[in-house]
Amino acid sequence: MGKNELIGGTLWEQYSRKVAARMNAPVHRGEITEEEARVKNAKLIVVDWGAESCGDAVRLYWAVDPKTNRILDAKFKSFGCGTAIASSDIMAEMCIGRTVDEAVKITNIDVERSLRDEADIPAIPPQKMHCSVMAYDVIRKAAAHYKGVDMSSFEEEEIVCQCARVTLGTIKEVIRLNDLKTVEEITQYTKAGAFCKSCIRPGGHEKRPYYLEDILKETRDEMEKEMFRSRIGNLDFASMSIVQKLKRIEAVLDQTIRPHLRADGGNMDVVDIQETDDALTVYIRYFGACLGCASSSQGTLYAIENELKKQLDPKIRVVPVS
Amino acid sequence: MDRIYLDNNATTIVDPLVKDAMDPFFCRMYGNPNSLHDFGTEVHPYMRIAMDRLYAGIGAADEDDIIINGCACEGNNTVLKGVWFDWIRTGKKKAIITTSVEHPCVKNTCEFLQSQGAEIIYLPVNRDGIVTPEILKEHLDAGRTALVSIMWANNETGLVFPIAELASLCKENGVFFHTDAVQAIGKLPVDVASVPVDFLTFSAHKFHGPKGIGGLFIRKGVNLTPLFHGGEQMGGKRSGTINVPYLIGMGLAMELAVSHLDFEQTQVRRLRDRLEDAILRIPDSEIIGRRELRTPNTILAGFKGVEGEAMIWDLNHYGIAASTGSACASESLEPNPTFVAMGLDKELVHTAVRLSLSRFTTDAEIDRAAAVIVKSVERLRSISFTSDR
Repeated sequence: MGKNELIGGTLWEQYSRKVAARMNAPVHRGEITEEEARVKNAKLIVVDWGAESCGDAVRLYWAVDPKTNRILDAKFKSFGCGTAIASSDIMAEMCIGRTVDEAVKITNIDVERSLRDEADIPAIPPQKMHCSVMAYDVIRKAAAHYKGVDMSSFEEEEIVCQCARVTLGTIKEVIRLNDLKTVEEITQYTKAGAFCKSCIRPGGHEKRPYYLEDILKETRDEMEKEMFRSRIGNLDFASMSIVQKLKRIEAVLDQTIRPHLRADGGNMDVVDIQETDDALTVYIRYFGACLGCASSSQGTLYAIENELKKQLDPKIRVVPVS
Repeated sequence: MDRIYLDNNATTIVDPLVKDAMDPFFCRMYGNPNSLHDFGTEVHPYMRIAMDRLYAGIGAADEDDIIINGCACEGNNTVLKGVWFDWIRTGKKKAIITTSVEHPCVKNTCEFLQSQGAEIIYLPVNRDGIVTPEILKEHLDAGRTALVSIMWANNETGLVFPIAELASLCKENGVFFHTDAVQAIGKLPVDVASVPVDFLTFSAHKFHGPKGIGGLFIRKGVNLTPLFHGGEQMGGKRSGTINVPYLIGMGLAMELAVSHLDFEQTQVRRLRDRLEDAILRIPDSEIIGRRELRTPNTILAGFKGVEGEAMIWDLNHYGIAASTGSACASESLEPNPTFVAMGLDKELVHTAVRLSLSRFTTDAEIDRAAAVIVKSVERLRSISFTSDR
């Protein structure tokens, strides 16, 4: 919050002049007829996207040169708000002169950027970004129609937030790299969920295949499990807690040292461990035959220390106490 | 280009007579009414006149309270939170019954109270968009229900609810009844002497008074913990220095609203019907709610193939102010809950445009508005494609 947010802006004062101009007089509104396409020796493509019941629907017309795959003309019709009409208009304009493959690369973000009056001021308020997504979807549908393929073949990755075009992979990555714990943080890092908010949780403006809340929870769960595995899996002795370190030391002693001592009628216990910045001191006490054995303060002691250094941490020192 | 204001359910022009009546209380008689000196004392006779006008306007008895506050939103919060505090939090009762078509200031307050543990029951509306006594009867439980809160008239559709019957049903069952009468004052007779409501809220700016002042009627004998604590203004029921000029203005605005009721029911209705008839002559247009069930000033229209926000944009371009319940024009992109509750077609929800008149609306304005609406629908349908299927 703060001075600007408390009173808030009105919706329309956040539209760029270009949005207003395109809304008032869309340049590419209309249809391309079979006859018009035939005169240009072009293939006519007509596709619909969206539905009136969702509040947004667009119909795109392309006249495509079948030899060069170049879009010779594009027109649209739209049921929708000012943003939907303006973004459909600029989308149609951007298609003209491009090949079908080039056109497929036009995203709603390109559409929004080309509606800006100034490079760093958004053309539309955040909640209206959703209305520009349609422009991207309808192009893909037209291209699929032209090529006779499935629409999904143009989608390289799973898109979680359509408005900001953020992929599932990106979101998982920022959660892991930055140790993100809230959806708000994901939005700050990626802009996913900043616009129409449909992708945050179910029940928003539209149904989505992935939701940020679920992705966050799943990724955090995975991270938790990995951390747990690394703790108990001897992967990183240095970052273990003192209790876990003691357990690891005992395990090494059980496996490699105690069998030999017992074979000679002796044994040992760990009495204490103490950790400082440059050393981990393991205090041990001998039993049985080890007591009084000369090697217990020389060869045997070095063997124990070397084994622990090798297997766990070069910082380890072993000190016998009586 | 003269602008035409057809968004009177959102707010209204301040009647110039009201503005004149308020004027002396800014720079001449500006005393704090709580002060002992003449500056404070001299405003009291004028405040009493204003209070008399408010009491007369809604038919309140002298023993009843009309608490002067900031707006109807504050009044509604005072009632809902007061009832929660005194009756639900204490464990005496459990539930508040309201409707699925209330204004956000009731709906969101109820949702807050739900988060505090209150049970909230949202009554559905019938096919006409009305909450009937039969619907209320199904859910009313004298032992559990602390309060029933139902608006007198709906802000979006103008549909008028049978408040006399609903309030009587509550009275028979010993349950408090509150009505948000914001959209009723000045459009319909509102008389608490004959309609047994316990609480009634109103806002001056909806009936040609200033913004930022309202009233809360509380019937004699009903006690409610106040929302504001502080000084002893309003008998301790609403602390805060009384906004004297605005109270003076609201008093006169109420008197004028009531004295224009016949005008509203005849002349405003005539103009509204004329505009409505013009709209209905446009092919594939629809009006939501039966005419005889609505306040005389309100039209909610849908034009097939014409999205609501786009329509408001075009109307504004020609200087005509209207509003839309289209999801696209809202911050949340959520469909308007009133339309959802009424079970309107999804297509219609996105096209709904509200036109609301006042006693200041003229014949010439209606004729020009009708012509602009025809032109805008034509233009937007020429861009749209769903309408030609």
